[in-house]
Amino acid sequence: MPDMQTAHSPMIRLHDLQVEFRVPGKRVQAVNGVNLEVGPGEVVALIGESGSGKSVTLRALMRLHPERTTHYAGTLEVAGRDVLKMGKRELAQLRGSSVAMIFQEPLLALDPVYTLGQQITEAIRQHAPVSRAEARARALRLFEKVRIPSPERRLDAYPHEMSGGMRQRAMIALALACEPQVLLADEPTTALDATVQIQILLLLRELQRELGLSIVFVTHDIGAAAEIADRMAVMYAGRIIEQGPAAELLTRPRHPYTRALLKSRSEGAMQKGRRLDTIQGAPPDLSRLPAGCAFAERCAFAAETCLGGQPEETRVGPEHSVRCWRLDELPAQGGPVQRAEPVNG
Amino acid sequence: MKPTHSARDPRDLGGPRQPLLSVRELKKHFPLKKTGLGLRGPRLAVRAVDGISFDILKGETLGVVGESGCGKSTTARLLMQLTPQDSGELVFDGLSLGSPGLSLRDYRRQTQMVFQDSYSSLNPRMTVEDSIAFGPTVHGVSQREALSRAHDLLARVGLEPARFAGRYPHELSGGQRQRVNIARALALEPRLIILDESVSALDKSVEAQVLNLLQDLKQAFGLTYVFISHDLNVVRYMSDRVLVMYLGEVVEVASADALFEQPLHPYTAALLRSMPTTDPLRRTEQAPLSGDPPNPIDPPSGCRFHTRCPDAQAICRMRAPVFGEAMPGRSVACLKYQPGSGYAASTIALKEVTHA
Amino acid sequence: MTAATFTDTRGRTPVVRSRGHGANVLRRLLRNPVAMIAATIILLLVLMAIFAPWLMPADPYATSMLKRLKPIGTEGLPLGSDELGRDLLSRLMLGGRLSLFMGIAPVVMAFIIGGGIGILAGYAGGWLNTAIMRCIDVLYAFPSVLLAIALSGALGAGITNALVSLTVVFIPQIARIAESVTTQVRRSDYVDAARASGASSLLIIRKHVLGNVIGPIFVYATSLISVSMILASGLSFLGLGVKPPQPEWGLMLNTLRTAIYTQPWVAALPGLMIFITSVSFNMLADGLRSAMEVKQ
Repeated sequence: MPDMQTAHSPMIRLHDLQVEFRVPGKRVQAVNGVNLEVGPGEVVALIGESGSGKSVTLRALMRLHPERTTHYAGTLEVAGRDVLKMGKRELAQLRGSSVAMIFQEPLLALDPVYTLGQQITEAIRQHAPVSRAEARARALRLFEKVRIPSPERRLDAYPHEMSGGMRQRAMIALALACEPQVLLADEPTTALDATVQIQILLLLRELQRELGLSIVFVTHDIGAAAEIADRMAVMYAGRIIEQGPAAELLTRPRHPYTRALLKSRSEGAMQKGRRLDTIQGAPPDLSRLPAGCAFAERCAFAAETCLGGQPEETRVGPEHSVRCWRLDELPAQGGPVQRAEPVNG
Repeated sequence: MKPTHSARDPRDLGGPRQPLLSVRELKKHFPLKKTGLGLRGPRLAVRAVDGISFDILKGETLGVVGESGCGKSTTARLLMQLTPQDSGELVFDGLSLGSPGLSLRDYRRQTQMVFQDSYSSLNPRMTVEDSIAFGPTVHGVSQREALSRAHDLLARVGLEPARFAGRYPHELSGGQRQRVNIARALALEPRLIILDESVSALDKSVEAQVLNLLQDLKQAFGLTYVFISHDLNVVRYMSDRVLVMYLGEVVEVASADALFEQPLHPYTAALLRSMPTTDPLRRTEQAPLSGDPPNPIDPPSGCRFHTRCPDAQAICRMRAPVFGEAMPGRSVACLKYQPGSGYAASTIALKEVTHA
Repeated sequence: MTAATFTDTRGRTPVVRSRGHGANVLRRLLRNPVAMIAATIILLLVLMAIFAPWLMPADPYATSMLKRLKPIGTEGLPLGSDELGRDLLSRLMLGGRLSLFMGIAPVVMAFIIGGGIGILAGYAGGWLNTAIMRCIDVLYAFPSVLLAIALSGALGAGITNALVSLTVVFIPQIARIAESVTTQVRRSDYVDAARASGASSLLIIRKHVLGNVIGPIFVYATSLISVSMILASGLSFLGLGVKPPQPEWGLMLNTLRTAIYTQPWVAALPGLMIFITSVSFNMLADGLRSAMEVKQ
C-alpha cells in the first residue's frame, strides 16, 4: 500500500498556499492557506461547492492561472520541486512530463482540427525521442489501456466524432501519453451520465493502481469522491476545513459543514414529503472575507469565539484534521449520518 | 400525498380523474444536413423522440430520467411547444391542442417551463421585475398591475422585492436567478410547469433550498410538475411517478417508490446501480453498464437496449417490445414481461451478445 | 459588482435600482482615455464643419493666380494655398462638411436598412434566412472598392449617387453582422422563455432581441465610418463623387496631387485630415467595443 512511502517524500506538498487574483479595484482571495500533502500513488479528493477554491488550488499546482493578475504565496512543491520558483522552461517540462491534467469538458481541451491519434503521437514525440511509428504504437496501447473499443479506428477519429464518455477516455489517454507521476482531475465526470461516470471512475481507479499515479480529484460530488479517493479534503471559502482518510471522513465527519454536506447525501435525508435540511445563506464574498471562521454565519453551532479569528487545524485522529473553534462543544459525532447509514444498504 | 383541492380551480375541466396532459404518440426527428455525395439513400435523422405516450396526472410530479441523448430535453421542448412535433398529439385537460377549444396561446398560459441555465434564460438587458412582468403584459395585464404581481411573486420565491426587483441578472447568484426564473414561470398562473434540469446547475446547498421552494409553491398554487433531471436521488425525492427514457422511447413508468425499490426494466435497474454510494466500504466494483448510449441516428434493431442489456437474448435483437402494463400500475417496454414474446423465461440468458 | 444604486418608487415599494447597461457602457467609455481623445477630436471636427462658414478666415472659392501653391505659414494663408491660390485652411474647414457627411450618412442608412434586413433574416431563420442571406452574399462577393466604383460609374457622378452606391456597399456587411448576432440571440433560452409566454414575434424582437443586438451592430457600423470616408474620398478623387469647385478632402487630395513635388506639405494636408478622422472613428469604435464586451 502506498502508505509506507507517504511519510518520506510526498509528490505534492502545499503549505499555507495562498492564491489571490488582482483585478482592477478588487482583490479576490480564492485560496487562503491550504495545507495538503499527497503521497506517491495516493488519490486525494478535493471537495467543495463553487467558489470554494478547489479548482483554483488544482490549477495552481501547474501554475495555470494568468501570471499577470495572480499572486501566489506559501509553499507549492510538486515532486520535491518548488513550482513557484520555476522558470518558463522548467514549468513547461513540469506540465508535460511529471504532471498532467484532465478537465470537465474534453471538447474544450482537445484540439478539434487534429485526430486523436495525431494529438497523442505529437505529445509522445515531444517528450520522448521516438519514431512516428513507435509513437503511434504507444498511442494505440494507451487507447487499449483506457478501454476504447476498436482503438485502431478511433485513433483516426476527430474529437467531435466521439461520444462524451469516449472523449473523456481519449483525454485520459492523452494525459497519460507522457507517463506523468501526478494526474490532476478537474471535475472529469461531472458532465457525464451516471452510467458513464461510474465507468470513468472505475477506469481511473484501475489506471492509478496499475501505474502508481498520484491523483488529485476535484469534485463537488461526494459520491464520485467516495468511489475513488483514499483521502478527502473538504474546502470552504479557500481553506481546507476538514481532511482525513475517506472512510474516516465519510463515517465520522467532524466539521459542521462536512456534516451538513454528508447529511444531504444520506438516504434518510431525502424522505418524501419531508423538507430538506438546507444550509441557509450563501458562501462569503471572496473579496471581503470575514476575520473569523468563514462558515460561522451559516453554522448552526457558531458562537462568539468563531468570529474572532481563524480556527487552527486540530488533529482528531490519525491523519484526520479539522478547522473548527467549537470541536469540543459539537454534539456527539456523526449523529444523523450514523443513523442514515444502514438505510444505504 | 395528493394536494387537497379545497376550492376547485375554475379552469379544471375534466375533474381530478382526467389527466392534466395526455401525450399521444409524440414524435420528433431532427433531419441531418446532407454531407458528401449522398444523393440517394434515406435521409438520416436524429430520432430524438420516437413515438412516446404518457399521461401527466393532475397535481402530481412526474419525474423524467434517462441518459443524455435519450430525448428528455426534446420532450420538454415539445411539451412547451418550443419545437413543433413531427406527429402526435397533446391533450390538455381533455382538449386537444390546436382544436378550437385550446389555442397555442391559451395552452402556453397554462404551461410554463424553467430552464437549466439560470443565466441564459434571463434577458441580460432587462431588470428582474421587467422579466417577470413581461408574460402577463403579453396577455393583456396592464404594466402597473404586472409589476405589482412581479413584486408579489419575488416575495413569494424568497427574494425581497425592494432589494431585487431593479437588479439585472448578472448581479444575482445562480440560486437567486433560478428563483427569478421560477417567479417568471408563475407569473402567468400556469397549471403545469416543466422543470428541465432546473436545479442541476446549482450547488448542493442551494439546490436543497430551491427544491424546498418548489415543493412549497406546488402546494400553494396547486401546480403539476414535470421534473426532468439526471440526479436520481432528487427525482426520487420530488416525484410521485417516474418515467424512464432510453433512446427516444419510454421504457418504464411507475410510482417513484416502486420504481426505485423494484425496477422492472433492466435499464432502470442498471441506472439505479450506477448511482455512486457514499459508503467507502461498499464501492462499486463493476460498472452496471458498459459503453455509452448508442447513437440515436441509427438506433439498434429490435429492443434498443439489447446492445447493453445484461439479460438480452437472441429475440431481443429482432423484436421490439411493446410498452404495456406488466403489473398493476407498472408499465414497461421489455420482452421479459411480455407474454408470448419468445423471451425464454428461464434464468439462463444466452450470453452470446458480444461487445465489439 | 458595479452596483451604484439608487431608489425609486415606480412600483409600489421603493426599489433599489441598478445602473442600466447603457449607463455602464458610457461609464466605462468615459474611463478609456484613448476613446475619449478620439471622441474629442471627432467632436472638434464636427463643430469645425458645422460652423465653417463663420469660422473660415477667407473665402474658400476665391482664386488668385498670384497666391498659387504658397507654403504653410505664408502670411494670410496659415496652411498655404492650393493650385488655384485658394486659402487651404478655409477649404479644409468647409471640406470637412462634405467629407464627414459622406463618411457618416451612408453608414447610417446602411445601418437602418442592413440592420433591419439582418435582424429579420436572423430571427426568421429557415428558408427565409437562406434566401435573404444568399442575395446579400452576392453583393458581398465584390470587393467594396470595386462595387462602389462600379455603382457610381453606372449611376453617374454626383453626391447623391455616391451616397447611394456607398450605402449599397455597406448594407451587406452590416446585414451579415446583424444576422449572426440575431441568430445567436434567437437561440437563447430567454427568447424561448418569451415564446413560451405566448408573445408574438414582433413583440419578442422589440423587447428581447433589439436591445441585445443593437450594441454589436452599432459598434461594427461605427468602425465602417472610416472606410466610408476613405471610399467617398476615393470616389471624389476619381471624379465620381463631389464635383469641383466644391471643397471635399478627397477631391482636394486629387487636385493637389500635381503639386506633390513643389509643395509636398500642403498637398498632404487633405490626406492628413482623412487619416486623422478615420483613425479617430476607429479608436472610438474600439473603445465602444471593449466597453460593451466587459464580462459582467
